[in-house]
Amino acid sequence: MTRIVPCRLAADIGGTFTDVALEYGTSRFTAKVLTTPRAPEQGVIRGIVETLARASLTASEVDLFIHGTTLATNALIERKGARTALITTEGFRDVIEIGRESRFDQYDINLMKPEPLVGRELRLTIRERIAVDGSVVIPIDLDCLPGHVATMRAAGVTSVAVGFLHSYVSPDHEEQVAERLAQLMPEAYISLSSKVCPEVREYERLMTTCANAYVQPLMASYLRRLRQELDAMGLVAPTLLMTSGGGLTTLNNACELPIRLVESGPAGGAILAAHVGRQCGVDNLLSFDMGGTTAKICVIDKSEPLKSRAFEVARSKRFMKGSGMPIRIPVIEMVEIGAGGGSIAKIDNLARIQVGPESATSEPGPACYGLGGERPTVTDADLVLGKIDPNNFAGGTIKLDRSLSLAAIMNHISGALGTTAELGAFGICEMVEENMANASRVHAIERGKDVRSRTMVAFGGAAPLHAARLAEKLGIDRLIVPRGAGVGSAVGFLRAPVAYEVVRSTFTRISQIEPETINRQFEEMIAEASGVILEAVPDATIDIQRSAFLRYSGQGHEIEINLDDRPIVEDDREQLAARFTDAYIALFKRKIERADIEALSWAVTATARGTASADTVAYVPPADRGPARPIGTTELFDARLGRFINSPIYWRDKVGPGQTIPGPAVIAEDETSTVVTSSFAASIDAYGYIVLTTQQEPN
Amino acid sequence: MDLHSPLADIHTQIMWNRLISVVEEQAQTLIRTAFSPIVRESGDLSAGVFDIRGRMLAQAVTGTPGHVNSMAESVKFFLEAFPPREMQEGDVYITNDPWMGTGHLNDMVVVTPTFLDGKLVAIFACTSHLIDIGGIGFGPDGRDVVEEGLYLPFLKLIDRGAINDTLIAIVRGNSRYPTEAEGDILSLAACNDVGAERLIEMMREFSLSSLEPLADHIVEQSRKSVQAEIAKLAEGSYSASMRVDGYEKPIDLVATLTIAKETITIDFSGTSGPSAKGINVPLNYALAYSTYGVRVLIAPDIPNNAGSLEPIKVKAPTDSILNAQRPAPVSSRHIIGQMLPDVIFGCLEQVPGIAVPAEGASSLWNLILESDAADAVDPTSTISRFSVLAVQTGGVGARPTSDGLSATAFPSGVSGVPVEIIETISPLLFRKKELRSNSGGQGTFRGGLGQVIEISNREPAAFDIYAALDRIEHPARGRSGGGEGAAGYVGLGSGKVLRGKGRQKVPAGDWLVVHTPGGAGFGDPADRSQAAVTADIANGIVVLR
Repeated sequence: MTRIVPCRLAADIGGTFTDVALEYGTSRFTAKVLTTPRAPEQGVIRGIVETLARASLTASEVDLFIHGTTLATNALIERKGARTALITTEGFRDVIEIGRESRFDQYDINLMKPEPLVGRELRLTIRERIAVDGSVVIPIDLDCLPGHVATMRAAGVTSVAVGFLHSYVSPDHEEQVAERLAQLMPEAYISLSSKVCPEVREYERLMTTCANAYVQPLMASYLRRLRQELDAMGLVAPTLLMTSGGGLTTLNNACELPIRLVESGPAGGAILAAHVGRQCGVDNLLSFDMGGTTAKICVIDKSEPLKSRAFEVARSKRFMKGSGMPIRIPVIEMVEIGAGGGSIAKIDNLARIQVGPESATSEPGPACYGLGGERPTVTDADLVLGKIDPNNFAGGTIKLDRSLSLAAIMNHISGALGTTAELGAFGICEMVEENMANASRVHAIERGKDVRSRTMVAFGGAAPLHAARLAEKLGIDRLIVPRGAGVGSAVGFLRAPVAYEVVRSTFTRISQIEPETINRQFEEMIAEASGVILEAVPDATIDIQRSAFLRYSGQGHEIEINLDDRPIVEDDREQLAARFTDAYIALFKRKIERADIEALSWAVTATARGTASADTVAYVPPADRGPARPIGTTELFDARLGRFINSPIYWRDKVGPGQTIPGPAVIAEDETSTVVTSSFAASIDAYGYIVLTTQQEPN
Repeated sequence: MDLHSPLADIHTQIMWNRLISVVEEQAQTLIRTAFSPIVRESGDLSAGVFDIRGRMLAQAVTGTPGHVNSMAESVKFFLEAFPPREMQEGDVYITNDPWMGTGHLNDMVVVTPTFLDGKLVAIFACTSHLIDIGGIGFGPDGRDVVEEGLYLPFLKLIDRGAINDTLIAIVRGNSRYPTEAEGDILSLAACNDVGAERLIEMMREFSLSSLEPLADHIVEQSRKSVQAEIAKLAEGSYSASMRVDGYEKPIDLVATLTIAKETITIDFSGTSGPSAKGINVPLNYALAYSTYGVRVLIAPDIPNNAGSLEPIKVKAPTDSILNAQRPAPVSSRHIIGQMLPDVIFGCLEQVPGIAVPAEGASSLWNLILESDAADAVDPTSTISRFSVLAVQTGGVGARPTSDGLSATAFPSGVSGVPVEIIETISPLLFRKKELRSNSGGQGTFRGGLGQVIEISNREPAAFDIYAALDRIEHPARGRSGGGEGAAGYVGLGSGKVLRGKGRQKVPAGDWLVVHTPGGAGFGDPADRSQAAVTADIANGIVVLR
């Protein structure tokens, strides 16, 4: 279900680089420019100009522009958002500070919790109360609003979050406040919890609403400036924004609910992986994205990345669960750990190697950069183990010094372990790969999935160096390294459909379901989701996916069950129960007899049919169809065999389809190198992708 | 270059890392499938892997220090009841013995022997809190352990793959929530299976036929590291005592902590005798929380296992509340047990070079709220029946370099339950749940704040509170010149003061008022920074009267 858009452009603003990808006919052009944090639109425009020049196209020839950005995420991490106030129910001023009342680290006596986004002095309360059934226990008293407005103005507040208890059942009180505020404080942005996150659980809903309010002025102003710059350069094509849930939305919707844009970059990567899987005819994947500071791993079932409705942004400590802010929005689910090329290795007080999450970043960078970095990183270990060609790193732009890597590893790792620098380097790589393998398994089990028997798709600068060993550890026997892997997220944006998801909470036992109530709610949700779609694609044919989040009565975790796209009738009760039971058995191997089933939330995803743009890029194999010839050799350490092996290096663009390269070997390209371990043999497929499959008992 | 031995060293590190990940997977499986809200919302569970000698090699880091080494001790008792030579592939064992498990009948310990190619290679164990195990329910009013519910001695839950249906039927027949009880027990067995499967994969990957060399390394390395940390401390004996409310009379918790020969020994001689009610503590649970009190300050980054726990010894006389003997009632042993880290801190404060936090609310303020008993047995009543366990917290003591955390569980690490969820599953209506001004003890660093919580019933009916709350008479004490935290309070909206322990009624139309205790302060209040004082006043954390 894809359509042909002749000329499509995508830009992804990351922390360090802004990636741009343009596809035109059978060609793809890319650019990587530095992100310009103060005025991010400048980086985007520079990248677009560079890309258009490479493609010999003008801005007016672009038919569609898709954009994703980490600006919202960074504003939350760096606390650089707007001065924000929260208006909430009297008696519940501290919901966002009290949180879940737990400690994310049981053994840190000096643990600090993240400061709430809105300080106590700007958490203002109103007398009102709505009960769980939507009935009004205390009518709202708006008389205090003018006083609150004075307080907010005096404090320089530019954005206001409004969140009352049970507003997901009845938004009435929040809407009344919004109406009055619009009159009293027309200059302020307003975020209602019943709009941003109409779901049960007050802490998560209010945090999400505050986070939306916190980034809204910044994001809205950025998006407006970008639109102006695009117009000025003559790029008048429709612009859509990538959301964390993997769909595209409109500029207006993005300005209203900017919190949905966080994590859009990683979502793009997962979509790329799903697309690659679809092309190659494999359904169940593990996408593995490893860059300079973090690695992200995502489970993809039947070509669809797993979705979730919650994640944490700005984890403060070692990416520890619970150390960040909970955000409840539709997201592509992935696990992120502090493991990248720049991750620093050290010895802990149990004489064990620890890698990351601290990163050498781009300054001073790994020791081998020769920019003053003295502590060993994963990249240093890769260099020592022969995985990276010191003369061809980053297309030869950065010369690497192996002796500096050896010294750093000797001084900080091998000395303490009483071993050689080479074995220290092996230890670093093995530990970082083990950490990623463990994180993948735990992540999968949390979702009731198994990582084995999947195909891995590896992209990002560091992933191809570590993917084969990670696959060995996970029992994965096939892995794919697509082309354009260095700008994977931007390319992924081009494969995303126009889609929008709406979730609402309505608690009911399945046995007591009232079809009328649920159907009315579905109609409202469909109207809301379709509204966003029609704004982006006025003539769209909309596909609706309905789902329910069910669990056994008494459990705390729901399972999403897809429903047919039609109103619910009383007879559906049994069918719903049966579908839930099947899904439960698939996840946990058994069912619970005699237990009631209940629904907590309901979701609608509207997708504009055929709006994901087709991949028309063609792979041009090398002219020389002879057997692949190495461009050199390297002493490559093979982890499974536990020794160095003199191994050939091939240049990716010179290897054509139909040739098999048995491991151990290295396949180099400008942006990265693919390490083929002794367990695997590599070949190039019809798309120009590198495909590694296990080989029979090598060496 | 002979790589064999150094390579093996790195493989050992990798496998140790893997074991910690395996128990984490085991714990996650339990969280995902558990029925008890306190397990899946609050994290009250434990999971670990043991060698065939019963040495714990790794334990998942969950929200419950009460299981830190009580589960480890428990596995040793299992090995006595089911000697390894008699263990069969497909067996699963179970007990809820408070003295040989984890301290009260609600905690089921489930143990699974793990086989590789027909040979016993490891043991997986896990434990979680069942929502109901019969008796008078989860609270301190029992006169002996028999009144507190169904007791399961060491039994086979699964015998060579065949589930013990008789046992399941007995559990179902003795619980107010039979489906949940059965589901929770089966989820315990399932999580051990996940752990076992992963362990076997690892052993095949590294071509191991036995875990013992790896176990020796883990245990020795961890023990040495903890011993090295202890060796840095000044040898000597350090005593401290703390008085808490107790049930019928105040309780003195007295400890002497002795540092000698790379070992820390804690002796609770001098502690008050047992209570007539269910706040007594089996020694295994006292051991767990005192060990946690030490470990959180000494070598906290070394994972829990048989080695790291070995240099810490705990003893208490058999006539003390911390070594209660069968058949003493022990259901609410957490009220006293969770106070123990404060006592340990009192000892460690005297050790040069260790900076310890001030005392805090410490025990969880779990509100057990139920529809009134009179309504529950009347079949014609239209009043909703409910039973809610709402975990609530007070303030943590101020730290030597920072304010105490407000409304946070410590030493327990469990989470609270959202107001909107409690209101979804019961007719209760929270009137208020907010930080409690002026409840943090003064100091250079302020104690964490408690909370003000008010709860009413939307239906025209009374409801019961099954109170198990402390620090109402004896608030948290400051350290190094810091002030006391505010005392806790429980009463009615109409003004009546309620007791901190036992079942009491909230009449129809009235409401429950709870003030959870604040944490104490650290250091002279005069040394508090002006900026912090100003911010506290601006934020209403401190309200000047």
